[in-house]
Amino acid sequence: MDDALIEKLGILADAAKYDASCASSGAKPRSGGKEGLGSTTGAGICHAYTPDGRCVSLLKILLTNHCLFDCVYCINRRSSNVRRARFTVAEVVELTLGFYKRNCIEGLFLSSGIIRSPDHTMEQMMLVARTLRRDHGFAGYIHLKTIPEASPWLIEQAGLWADRLSINLELPTDHSLKAFAPEKNGGTIKAVMGQVNERIVEAKEERRRFSPAGQSTQLIVGADDATDRSVLETSGTLYQRYGLRRVYYSAFSPIPEASSVLPVKPPPLQRENRLYQADWLLRYYGFTVEEIASGGEGGMLDLGIDPKLAWALKNRERFPVDVNRADREMLLRVPGLGARAVDKILSARRHTRLRMEDLGRLSNGLRRARPFLIAADYHPAGGLTDRLDLRQRLVTPSSQLSLF
Amino acid sequence: MRTITLREGADLDGFRRAVRRLAAARTAPEAVLWSVGAPSLFGDEAPAFENGAPVLLPQAVGRLIETVVCHSDPERYALLHRLVWRVLNGERALLDQHADPLVHRLERLDKAVRRDIHKMHAFLRFRALPDPAGGERYVAWFEPDHHIVEAVAPFFVERFESMVWTILTPKGSLHWDRHRLMTGPPAERPDSLADDRFAEGWLRYYESTFNPARVNPTAMRAEMPRKFWANMPETAAIPAMVRAAPARVQAMLEAEAAIPRRRMPEKAVAAMARQAPDSLADLNRLIQRSEPLVPGATQAVPGEGPEGAAIAIVGEQPGDQEDREGRPFVGPAGQLLTAALEEAGIDRGGLYLTNAVKHFKFVQRGKRRIHQSPTAGEVKHYRWWLMTELGFVRPRLVVALGATAALALSGRPVSVLRERGPMAFDGWDGFVTVHPSYLLRLPGEEERRRAQAEFVADLRRAAALA
Repeated sequence: MDDALIEKLGILADAAKYDASCASSGAKPRSGGKEGLGSTTGAGICHAYTPDGRCVSLLKILLTNHCLFDCVYCINRRSSNVRRARFTVAEVVELTLGFYKRNCIEGLFLSSGIIRSPDHTMEQMMLVARTLRRDHGFAGYIHLKTIPEASPWLIEQAGLWADRLSINLELPTDHSLKAFAPEKNGGTIKAVMGQVNERIVEAKEERRRFSPAGQSTQLIVGADDATDRSVLETSGTLYQRYGLRRVYYSAFSPIPEASSVLPVKPPPLQRENRLYQADWLLRYYGFTVEEIASGGEGGMLDLGIDPKLAWALKNRERFPVDVNRADREMLLRVPGLGARAVDKILSARRHTRLRMEDLGRLSNGLRRARPFLIAADYHPAGGLTDRLDLRQRLVTPSSQLSLF
Repeated sequence: MRTITLREGADLDGFRRAVRRLAAARTAPEAVLWSVGAPSLFGDEAPAFENGAPVLLPQAVGRLIETVVCHSDPERYALLHRLVWRVLNGERALLDQHADPLVHRLERLDKAVRRDIHKMHAFLRFRALPDPAGGERYVAWFEPDHHIVEAVAPFFVERFESMVWTILTPKGSLHWDRHRLMTGPPAERPDSLADDRFAEGWLRYYESTFNPARVNPTAMRAEMPRKFWANMPETAAIPAMVRAAPARVQAMLEAEAAIPRRRMPEKAVAAMARQAPDSLADLNRLIQRSEPLVPGATQAVPGEGPEGAAIAIVGEQPGDQEDREGRPFVGPAGQLLTAALEEAGIDRGGLYLTNAVKHFKFVQRGKRRIHQSPTAGEVKHYRWWLMTELGFVRPRLVVALGATAALALSGRPVSVLRERGPMAFDGWDGFVTVHPSYLLRLPGEEERRRAQAEFVADLRRAAALA
């Protein structure tokens, strides 16, 4: 590894960091054995955290940040003045193996700007994955960013070597996509998601290996004027129709060499956080987009409180909930109780009538849950859920996430 | 009061033997004093009792014990003994009672050990040193909170089986020589582990992947507490990264929207749209470069014949011989097809011959490679090529030999014997008949002759249609 390669690494890591996805989970446990290198354990591992609080799990780089596209939100668009660099296939392989052997990473997350043609670019990325797997017996995690404009056969070739494929939708509505990414086409992107999903499902049925950890996507939040409701509706469709494993939300972040079309001020990071919470409610807590959106105003989530609490405050007639009798669905809707705490409650209450002291050992969110539940020795006095100041009582004054 | 002294560290064996004996003697937890550290295993206990009968415990209890013995809490054995005692005395499902104070406490110990193991998997860093025996040797120093050195070993062995490595910790050490794992005594922090260029590269990566507009050190420290930083070279950069972040963000916000310095690459942008193969030869190059969907095949077998042929014949997939020669229909079934074409008075050289699937799929039985039919998913994967290929050849009629070809061309499962004859394919006039390998498999001479005559008749009909 010489100075020039280190320099390139700096440029191409910087260029890749706006992709929020970092997961290294979902691959079946396997290992490279005596001749190969590496393993996957099923669950991912975060090997470091940077001061932005995000984890470093995969070596997240671009093959090149030269790009023929001109998406305004992207630092690598062709009209940007950013410094450019390009790795060879061999260089990416060398970096991945070198860092992996030092236990710095779980594997590789490779994306790229579009050079020459989508097919040419996709093929280079596929070659990196193939070289790692076939020539080096690399059994670590590989996540390839799919270029939706590439030919179907090439995308499917990528699926032979990668653990996860992803295609970034980036903008939640076709309207914004047209305005901000003129060379992209929402229809093409969704068609490829559909195609990849079909291949994944088929391969599973036929016991073949094809992107075993599924596919994911990213939506940029706050660059356009889409509401949280429309973002969540898009996610809901993606989960249902294309079987996506994850939708990542990336609060639009100021970039050097920004385009004049972009908003000057980024959205509060809290918005991204609320969207992730809402996403969880969609996937694991049985909420609908409509219910989540009803907790806020005008299609936007309440930034001051989490979406479950927001929903509960607007549906107070459904509370308090008796922890010793309520079903799982309703317990999951109690603010402060997570899915794990709910399962513990369900298993513990078969043996004993739960009191507040017991609940304190089952959940860390009891302070927030208290006004919404009934225990063997507790009933929220005087109908606490009727108090107008309940919201104030539950909100801890905090704005530590905002920079301004 | 009995005193039981166990080995320093995670003494699972010692604890197991002690529990067996205590259970046999029905000794209550209140009557036992657990201590750690003396070299002899059982303190004041006579070694004659060592082999107590195994105690039957629910699996979850066994798993919990295995983790919790790794904890550094000196009370761990006493707590575990209380658990075992209660489980054996009528509370079999005790572990389900998450609200029970003892269970709650043990769950927290369990969680702490798991977290420690997870963090060691994550934050341990190897340095590469030249190995006197040739190649590289990897060495790491790590300071875990609990007695987890042996618990983490399987992870590192599995992941780095092909490397020679040593892990040193104040609680014990591990050495792997590519064949055998050796455990060793506690180690001292090595004086200096020289960093190589990869460590430098890693530092640059770490700095570059950080987004100054999202600085949030609290979240970072929650997952990567300071106690780990000393052994992670990249953390040296953190203070400067945090300090410089606000100014970097301010500069971004204040900067005028940038005006592109470079010309718009009009030609390249226009050329980008023209990536589809523009000739059959181009497509075939692409097919030959591609990997088989199911590993094994020697090479891809593209179609063969003149562009503009009136008839395109589509088979299933290359067989053993086709796979070796790289040409379609040269094996036994191909020879049968050639003979049938001759009999029908059709010139094979004037046809376009290809397969629905371009790679041979087989299972190896001794020296023989036994053909395996492609699955519906595999057929779909290759369909794009087949359709593009036919687009270049532009035949007047496409003949599907057998069910796989018919599936690829029509997009639906077809029963060949029931539906043989003309059929409209996706954009093409088509004709369905049997695959010649079907004739090869028929058992009776008479039967085969009849089927072959039908096949030849089908080919004649198809030729007439074209």
